[in-house]
Amino acid sequence: MGILSIFSKDKKEKLDKGLFVTKQTFFSRLAKAITGKATVDHEVLANLEEILITSDVGVDTTMKIIDRIQKRVEQQRKVETAELNKILREEISSLMVQSDVTDQSGEFTFPQNKKPYVIMVVGVNGVGKTTTIGKLAYQFKKAGASVMLGAADTFRAAAVDQLTIWSERIGVQIVSQGMNADPASVAFDTLKSAVSKDSDVVIIDTAGRLHNKVNLMNELSKIKKVMQKVVPDAPHEILLVLDGSTGQNAIEQCKQFTAATDVNALAITKLDGTAKGGVVIGISDQFKIPVKYIGVGEKMEDLQVFNKHEFVDSLFKQ
Amino acid sequence: MFDSLSDKIERAFKLLKGQGKITEVNVSETVKEIRKALLDADVNYKVAKQFTDTVKEKALGQNVLTAISPGQLLTKITRDELALLMGGASVDIKLSSSPTVILMSGLQGSGKTTFSGKLASYLKNKRGKKPLLIACDLYRPAAIDQLHVLGEQIGVEVFSDRESKDAVSIAKRGVQQAKENGNSVVIIDTAGRLAVDEVMMNEIEAVKKAVDPDEILFVVDAMTGQDAVNTAKAFNERLNFDGVVLTKLDGDTRGGAALSIKSVVNKPIKFVGTGEKMEAMDVFHPERMADRILGMGDVVTLVERAQEQFNVEDARKLQKKIAKNQFDFNDFVAQLQQIKKMGNMKDLVSMIPGVGKAIKDVDIKDDAFNGIEAIVASMTPYEREHPESLNGSRRQRIAKGSGTSVTDVNKLIKQFDETRKMMRMMGDKKNMMKMMSQMKNMR
Repeated sequence: MGILSIFSKDKKEKLDKGLFVTKQTFFSRLAKAITGKATVDHEVLANLEEILITSDVGVDTTMKIIDRIQKRVEQQRKVETAELNKILREEISSLMVQSDVTDQSGEFTFPQNKKPYVIMVVGVNGVGKTTTIGKLAYQFKKAGASVMLGAADTFRAAAVDQLTIWSERIGVQIVSQGMNADPASVAFDTLKSAVSKDSDVVIIDTAGRLHNKVNLMNELSKIKKVMQKVVPDAPHEILLVLDGSTGQNAIEQCKQFTAATDVNALAITKLDGTAKGGVVIGISDQFKIPVKYIGVGEKMEDLQVFNKHEFVDSLFKQ
Repeated sequence: MFDSLSDKIERAFKLLKGQGKITEVNVSETVKEIRKALLDADVNYKVAKQFTDTVKEKALGQNVLTAISPGQLLTKITRDELALLMGGASVDIKLSSSPTVILMSGLQGSGKTTFSGKLASYLKNKRGKKPLLIACDLYRPAAIDQLHVLGEQIGVEVFSDRESKDAVSIAKRGVQQAKENGNSVVIIDTAGRLAVDEVMMNEIEAVKKAVDPDEILFVVDAMTGQDAVNTAKAFNERLNFDGVVLTKLDGDTRGGAALSIKSVVNKPIKFVGTGEKMEAMDVFHPERMADRILGMGDVVTLVERAQEQFNVEDARKLQKKIAKNQFDFNDFVAQLQQIKKMGNMKDLVSMIPGVGKAIKDVDIKDDAFNGIEAIVASMTPYEREHPESLNGSRRQRIAKGSGTSVTDVNKLIKQFDETRKMMRMMGDKKNMMKMMSQMKNMR
């Protein structure tokens, strides 16, 4: 009875499918790197370096992994390539364990003692914030919670419409004041309404903003402050959405958004189709913020609670 | 044996420096650094490796200017090579046919719809065209609304059909309407799609076939990582696009994807997106992009500033004087002035890789040289040319004349002697840094 038995077979299949490209390239290339080699030598390590870097793991984290494996090779004098899989898996797991504190149940849950549980969703432009909110609302609703959305992206053309369409599709409530309204005011109204209607979960959409724009980052702090006038400890969760195909800039985004708004959960999107997923490893290594959700497809149900073990398994599944 | 004197001096100087030419050995560290810089900037692993190898090959055997190290020169060569590779001949969009049909393509969230609006606005206002936008993103909720809102903002008509789920038919009808209404340009916005999504790739291929675009633009997020290569390749194989649009460059990404894409598909980068406003776009500047990717603009600037101030003839004369141990106070002051001309002292010193951090909290005043110059100015021309003539009474007079103390004068003369010795070894980075730190103490 491993931890994996908790997950339905269906879910695992989806993750496997979603990460198919990632896994395929990662694993097949790893296999290729060791063909014709009996032991781990300099060449194997060089190949491994290439595999990790081209998976967007990042130079620093890659070097960390390579160094650790190199140390093991030195200690044991001889490491057979057949073991490399196992070692690599252990190393990647250990890098990720430090930051992974999420509830391992795999279910879309939220603390019951906070009502409404307020989630503010932030991120740069085009990472998939609104889509993630739609998917998240769908999951919470499916789990039996009453959900209210707040359309506080009042900047991008038709962003309010986009969220409204999602709310209609899923059948959850939405609060909006139209385009160009003050986002803090929308967030305030949403929380007021959620409190009076006794909603379980509130999800606030915000406009995409590049993390190096100080004014826009300050706006997030303002939205946060205004929400606290209604629910003193809101937002309970600040979810930073990162695009899985983003390269090393993801690290910078993580840094800047965390500095501005105390991000405490990450969602990584578009993990289907890209040959990536490595960015998850790099970010887990460099930040102590848990990856909570991953997006693996375009459909409403294509959002999953991230599970480290499942993720690593998926990378190495033969 | 029959070498001319100047040849001999020249060779001696090089031997002392030990780094007269770029060799495999003296740049290997720099090559590593450059490669890491490229990888950190998300340049594809293979592209980065290939690129540094090419640069190194080209650079091997090149003569090194005395003022900079081989590593610095290599960085400069890299930067120039990078700009060259990404630039090439600049290619405008083809606007000859009427209507000119432009098809946008790219992944989800790359910024196609926003850029479609920007391009329409640019063509309308800067190129005097009458564009029509066609909404062919039928999948993302409210994508059609988004294009309508943008169209209204910039005063450009938008063609859409909310009832239809057939992108090909919408595109065709849109182009037809453009012909009837006399629109000179048509911009077709499409849904974001993954390169591995067969159904969606078939759709955009069908749109291409149906409207026969004059220009297909591939829109890509400048923050894209290693996968940029595969995506660009896949889109190019299916669409054979004409140019690339790099969006979100107003962020702080180094944008290595630009280099990767350019090297893999060899299509010109035509535009960049630099903000959320409709006018926030620009044509592509290869040099700026090269600096950005390398993240080493500082070294390049230093090298360039040194090259600007560096008069080859003067340098040759100086080398001769140094070699003959005739370096005097006139040269000393001339050197100081040259350094001053290069800019703020602290800025300059901090540009040297590895030094910046070390001196972050050290206060280097810009007038650090003033006292030195005053002392030298109080010397007679004879004294300046013959530093050894500076006896006790002369020193006393100089101290009075410059408003300093004999101790200051003594200190300077001692430092001058040391500098003189050091000048003979100058060029080597370590010695240069030592010299810098000595200058720092000269206040």
